[in-house]
Parts: sequence; C-alpha cells; structure tokens
Amino acid sequence: MNGLVGPILVMVWKDILLELRSRDLVVSVLVFGLLVVVVFNFALNNAPGRAEELAPGILWTAFAFAAILAMNRAFVRDQEQGGLEGLLISPVSRDAIFLGKALTSLIFMLLVEAALLPVYAVMLDFSALSFNLILTIFLGTLGFAVVGTLFSAMAVQTRSREIMLPVLFFPVVLPVIIAAVEASTRAVGGETFVGLGRWLPLIGVFDALFLVICPWIFAFVVEE
Amino acid sequence: MASTQSLEDTKSMGRLPSAKTSLAAITGVMMLVDLYLIFMVAPTDAVLGHVQRVFYFHVPIAIMSFLAFFVVFLGSLMYLIKRTPKWDAIAHASAEVGVVFVTLALITGIIWARPVWNTWWTWEPRLTTTLILWLIYVAYLMVRSYAPTESKGAIYAAVMGIIGFVDVPIVYYSVVWWRSIHPSPVVGPFAQSDALDGTMALILLYSFITFVFFFAYMVAERMALRNTEEALGRIRFVLRRGER
Repeated sequence: MNGLVGPILVMVWKDILLELRSRDLVVSVLVFGLLVVVVFNFALNNAPGRAEELAPGILWTAFAFAAILAMNRAFVRDQEQGGLEGLLISPVSRDAIFLGKALTSLIFMLLVEAALLPVYAVMLDFSALSFNLILTIFLGTLGFAVVGTLFSAMAVQTRSREIMLPVLFFPVVLPVIIAAVEASTRAVGGETFVGLGRWLPLIGVFDALFLVICPWIFAFVVEE
Repeated sequence: MASTQSLEDTKSMGRLPSAKTSLAAITGVMMLVDLYLIFMVAPTDAVLGHVQRVFYFHVPIAIMSFLAFFVVFLGSLMYLIKRTPKWDAIAHASAEVGVVFVTLALITGIIWARPVWNTWWTWEPRLTTTLILWLIYVAYLMVRSYAPTESKGAIYAAVMGIIGFVDVPIVYYSVVWWRSIHPSPVVGPFAQSDALDGTMALILLYSFITFVFFFAYMVAERMALRNTEEALGRIRFVLRRGER
C-alpha cells in the first residue's frame, strides 16, 4: 500500500508547489467560472423566480468547462519540460502516476468549485448549504477528474490539443452531467438523500467503473 | 528490407481481391434483391403509407452500426493486449464504416420521424444514444489522425474504442431515466414493434442479412485500402531514401 500512496502524495505535492508558485491555473479557471455565470444570466434570461430551475444547469455547465480548462493544463507542464519522461523512468507504478495526476486535478477543481459555489449561490439565488449538493459536486468532479486525466494524457500529445480534449471528454462524461444536473436540482429544491433517487448511484457507478478501467489503460497511453 | 516487404505486400494484395470481389458480387446481388423486395413486394403500411419503407433500411443500418462498434471494442481490446496491427486494422475499418452507418441511421431516422412523430428530432433515449455514439466514434477517428505518430494514433484510438463502448450503456440508462421525468410533447409509438405483418418481418430479416454482408464487404474494402496505403508509404520511404 505504501508503494502506491507515497508516490501519489509526492506527485500531488509537486503539482501543488508548482501551482503555488505560478498560480496561473486556479486563478484563470476561477475568473472563467465567473464569466460563465454572467454569460448564462443573459443567454438564458435568468428572471427572478426561474433561478432554481436554471441554477443547476448553469452550475454544471460552468464546472464542466472549468474542468476542461484545468485538465488541458494537467500534463502540459510535464510535457513541455520532459517531466513526464522523468516520471515514467522513475521506479513508480503507472497506476500511481495516473492516480496522483487525477488526485491533483480533483483537488484543483474542488478548490475552484468551493470558491465559485458561494458566489453562484448569491448570484443565482439558491442555497448552497446542502450536504446532498456538496456530495453531488464531489462525485461528479471525481468522474470528471478520472476520465479527464486519461484523455488529457492523450490530448496533450496530439495536434491542436485544446480542441481534442473536449471532443474526447464531453461525449463520455455526458451521463455524469445529466445525473449531476438532476441530483443538484433536487438537492437545491431541498430533497433528502433518498429524494435524489438513482442519480447519485449512477454517478457512483460511473466513477467506480472508470477508476478501475482508466489506470489500466493509462499504462498504454504513456508507454513509448 | 523495405522493398522485399512491399513486394510481399503486392503479392498478398494480388490474393486479396478474389475473396473481396466475390463478397462484393454477393452483396451487390443481395442488395438488388433487397431493393426489389422493399419497393415491389413489401405491402404498403396501412397507416404510414410508403414512407414506412425507409424502415427496412433504417432498422438494419442502426443495428449494424451498434454491431460495428462492438467490433471496434473487440479489435481495440485485442490490439492493446496483443499488439498485432491486424486487430488495429479491423477496429479502424469497422469504426470508419460504423460512423457512416450511424450517420445513415440518423438521417433515415430523421426522414422517418418527420411523418410519423411530426418532428425531425426528439430527445428520445435511442436517438440520443445514437447521437452520442456518433460523437464518440468521430472522436475516435479524430484522435487517431491528430496523434503524433501512427502507432500512438492506434493506441489512442483503441483507448477511445474501449472507453466509448463501456460508456454507451451508461449513456443509454441516464437518458432513459432523464426522459422518464421530462416527458416531451411528442409521443413516440413505435408502429413497427406491435404490428408487423409476416411478409414485412421476413423482408426485414432479409434486409438485415444483406446489410451484414454489405458491412463485411465495406470493412474488407477499407482494410485492403489500408494495406495499399501502407505499401505506398513504404515505397515512398524507399524512394526518398534513394534520392538522398
């Protein structure tokens, strides 16, 4: 167990240190998240009274696009300076590299979402203080991070990588987006955990399935 | 080395057409018979009229496209495990033909939906899943051609071939559940499922078999084309080396 957890934590700490020194990722994604809510406010004509019905959709559109922005950057630094090759040469399993990268992305996205959520709650007028909503956000973001990390490792190597990631990512995470919007709508409406129905289990199944498949496939993606 | 390879390839290419040509001939004859059956023999639908005949194309094509992506999944999985280019060639050919089939299934579906459901499109689970399927396999082809090298492209595509296939059932169920709480104004009675007369069912079955042959022929043709592309690539390589 130590052979897996140790390297993962080192990798996460490395990326956090890099981020603390540059601060380019979290800040840019945050600003982007704020822009999304402004655009949607006018695009969807967010009149008073409609907020509760529109808020979950806006929330998840913003989170999904913010995830794309964050994931696009996940491997760029490693790719540009040959860090990925160094990681691959080091005596660490591919699983640890994948899980470390996914965990880093999960942490960054959750940080951004934690900062955006209160702002959205104020601007869109809904209550963010709901355990169910926060659980939904966590599970949904976990799904984004797992699938996104795998595709990001591929997209970073392709031509026009900024386009390639969303093209790969969105069709596959569509079930997460559907389920997360439905679960959030109920959570914002004050439903209990049982009231969320099958939507949370659906995200849970998606997360578990891809947490098993993606590390295995990642080994093929990064091999030389 | 390279030149002997390309020579061997030319030989194998000489062998290939015979099987492929006979497949083409069988498919061609079956297709003509199919057209005759659909337009001359099949009874006109009492409620829907002639437009119902698109159903003999639509249903086999849609089923074939799903089968095509099962082949892509198997080919991708075997390619990642075994690393023999043959499996990649099968997955690649099947994905390209599959995308064409899904496109046709969507178009024939839209043609049919308009008179039957009175709308071009509805976010019905099967339609939505088919659209997502199309997007996933277009991404499959894109990531293959955008990859830095051909071998990387084959691996990336295989990754999408596996992930995409695993994802499709989840997409389907999420859309089914989503639909059950967002009823759309269009009610979609599937006219064919309850009342299908015997002749219609037989012609549908024949049409399906025809499209299985058609699919196999298209895949064989695409694989032969890829062989030719690779042979051409080797000849170019040799020529370029000779120039220097």
